[in-house]
Amino acid sequence: MKNLKILLVDDEEEFVTTLAERLELRGLQARVALNGEAALQIIEADTPEIVILDVLMPGLGGLEVLRWIKAQQPQIPVILLTGRGSTKEGIKGMELGAFDYLMKPINIEELIKKIQEAIESQP
Amino acid sequence: MNFKNLWTLLSKGFLGHSDDDNADRYRILRRNIFILMILITIIPLIIMAVIYQHEYHSSIKKEIVIPLQTLTHKTKHTFELFFEERLSVIRFIATSYSFKELSDQKTMNRIFNVLMDEYCCLVDLGLINNKGIQLSYAGPYDFLGKDYSEQKWFQEVVVKGTYISNVFMGYRKFPHVAVAVMKRTEDGSALILRATIDTSKFDDIIASMGLNPESDAFLINRNGIIQTSSRFYGEILDHCPLSFPRGNYEPIVTEATDPRGREILIAFAPFSSSDYALVLVKPKSDVLHTWHTLRTRMFFIFISSVALIILVVFKLTDTLVTRVKDADEKRELTFRELQHTHKLSSIGRLAAGVAHEINNPMAIINEKAGLMKDLVAYDDNFQNKEKFLGLTDSILKSVERCRAITHRLLGFARRMEIQLVELDLNELIQETLGFLEKEALYRNIELVLKLADNLPRICSDRGQVQQVFLNIINNALAAVEDEGEIVITSWEEDADTVGVSIQDNGSGMSEATLKSIFDPFFSTKQEKGTGLGLAITYGIVKKMDGEIKVESKQGEGSIFTVYLPKKAKIGSGE
Repeated sequence: MKNLKILLVDDEEEFVTTLAERLELRGLQARVALNGEAALQIIEADTPEIVILDVLMPGLGGLEVLRWIKAQQPQIPVILLTGRGSTKEGIKGMELGAFDYLMKPINIEELIKKIQEAIESQP
Repeated sequence: MNFKNLWTLLSKGFLGHSDDDNADRYRILRRNIFILMILITIIPLIIMAVIYQHEYHSSIKKEIVIPLQTLTHKTKHTFELFFEERLSVIRFIATSYSFKELSDQKTMNRIFNVLMDEYCCLVDLGLINNKGIQLSYAGPYDFLGKDYSEQKWFQEVVVKGTYISNVFMGYRKFPHVAVAVMKRTEDGSALILRATIDTSKFDDIIASMGLNPESDAFLINRNGIIQTSSRFYGEILDHCPLSFPRGNYEPIVTEATDPRGREILIAFAPFSSSDYALVLVKPKSDVLHTWHTLRTRMFFIFISSVALIILVVFKLTDTLVTRVKDADEKRELTFRELQHTHKLSSIGRLAAGVAHEINNPMAIINEKAGLMKDLVAYDDNFQNKEKFLGLTDSILKSVERCRAITHRLLGFARRMEIQLVELDLNELIQETLGFLEKEALYRNIELVLKLADNLPRICSDRGQVQQVFLNIINNALAAVEDEGEIVITSWEEDADTVGVSIQDNGSGMSEATLKSIFDPFFSTKQEKGTGLGLAITYGIVKKMDGEIKVESKQGEGSIFTVYLPKKAKIGSGE
C-alpha cells in the first residue's frame, strides 16, 4: 500500500485536494484531476495503480472515463464515487468494470479498505 | 332546456357548493331530484284528473238537468191545459147562454149537472152581476145573493176578463181553486160566471210524474205559498222554505241545500196563465249516484297512481343518487391517489436533488474535518490534541448524521425503482419477521401467522416488497402494547392478485390520522419517526400496480391490507 500511485478524479476541488492530502498522510501517492479530460491525460502520461472516480462531472463524465480506462488500461482498478445516493449509477459502473462504488460523504477508512481490496484483487 | 342543462341546474343550483358536507350534498340532491320528478309526473296527472272530472261532471249534469227540465215542462203544460180547459168551458157557457137564461136557477142547475157529468172536479157554478151580487148558484153551498163586490178576485176579473185564484180552503176546509170569466151583455153591463174546482186532480197530475220516495213535486204561488201537498216542505198554504230563481216561463234547474240538509236539485217552472209555478225537487245523491261511484273509483285510481309514482320515483332517485355518489367517490379516490402519487414523485425528485446538492458540501466538510483530525493525530506535539480530536470527531459525527439523512432521502427517491424477481411471499414475510422477532420476543408480543398453503409465487421486487411489510409490521409493533397481538394473513385474492393483511390490537387511529396516514412527513411518533415509512410503502405498492387499504378503530386496532399483482407492472410513478 505504501507509495501506491492513486489518481483522484472529481470536479469538486476542495473535496478532492483534501482527500488527496489525507491519503498522502497515510503514505499513498495521490494525484488529482479536476475533470475527465485531465484524468485521461494523467493516465496516459503516468499510469496510476488505482483510480478513484466521481461519477457526476461536467464535460467528460465519470462513466465515460471508466469506459475509456477499461478500453485502454483495463488493468487499472477503478472505485467510483457517487453523490446521488443511487445504487443505479454504482451498479451500472460495476457492470462497466468498476471494482466498487462509495457514496459521498465517504469514510476514509472505508475508502482505504476498498483500495486495499482492489489492489489485492489484481492478478 | 335539454337534459344536460337540467342536470347542471340540479347538481349546481340545487346542490350548492358545500363540499365540506358530502352527506348533506347528496341529501339535497336526492330531495331536489325527488321533488322535480314528482312534479313532472304528478302535475300532468292532477291536471288530467281535474279536467276529466270537470268534463264528466258537466256531462253528467247535462244528462240529469235535461230530463228534469223536460219532466217539469210537460207537467206544467198539463196543469196549464187543465186550467185552460176549465176556463174554456165556462167561457163557452157564458157565451152560449143569455144573461136571462143564466140568471135562472133551474137553467144554472141543469148546466152544472151536465158539467159535473162531463168534467171532473167541479164543485160549484154561479153567476154574479156587475155589482158583485150572486144572481144564481148551483153547488153544495148557499151563496145565492152573496156580495163579492169588495173581493179582490172580482176586481181582477172585471179588469182582465178571466181569473184563476190561488188555492183556498173554502167552507169545508179542503183546497179549492176558483176560475171566473167575465162577459159583457148587449147593454154593456158585465156578467161573471164563476166555478170552483176541487184540487184533488192536481195531486193526480203530480203523481203521474212517477217520482221516487226521496223526490217531491208541488205547486206554489208567486209568494212562495204551497198550493198542493208536499212530501218534505210543508202543508198546503204553508210558506215553502226553498228559494227559487226569478226568470221566464222556461223551467230552470238549480242546486240548493234544503232545510233537512240534503243536497238537492230544484226544477222550477212558472205558469204563463196564472200565478202558479211547478216545483220539482230531487236529491243530488239520488241523481248523481253514478257520478259519485265514478268519482270514488277515480279517486282510488288517482291515489294508487300517485302512491305508485312516489314509490317508483323514490327508488329511481335513490338508485340515481347512489350511482352519482359512487361515481363521485371513485373519481375523488382516483384523483387523490393520482395526487398522492404525484406528491410522492415530486418529493422523491426534490429529495434526490436536495440530497445530491447537500452531499457535495458535506463531503468537503467531511474531508476537511478528517484532514484536521489526521494532522492533529499524526503530530505528537500538537497542543490541546485531545480537545481538537474531540472537536473534529464531533464535526465528523454531525457529517455522519447528515449523511444518514441524505441517504434516507435518496433512499426514498430510489425506492421508486423496481427490479422484478420471482418471490415466495410467505417466505418473504417470515424473513421480514426475522428482523423484528427480537423486539416481539422482548415485549412478549404474539406474532400469529395465518399464511395460505400453496400461495402462488409472485413476480415482484424482493427488496421493495420486504420494505412494504417491514414498514407496516414496524408500525403495528409501535401501535400495540406489550403482550399485544399481531396477526399476519396471506391468501390468493383472485387469478391475478394475492392479498396480505397485518392486523394489530393496538391503539388504532382517528379519522383525521387515517386520512393523512400515507402522506409524506406525516407521523404520529413525534421525533422518532421520519413520516416517510408509510408514504414509501404506499408509493411502492402503487408503483407495482397493487392496492393498499387501511381500516382502524381507536382503541381497537388497525388492519392494513395489501393486494399485490402476481405479476407486478412497473407504473409511471416517477
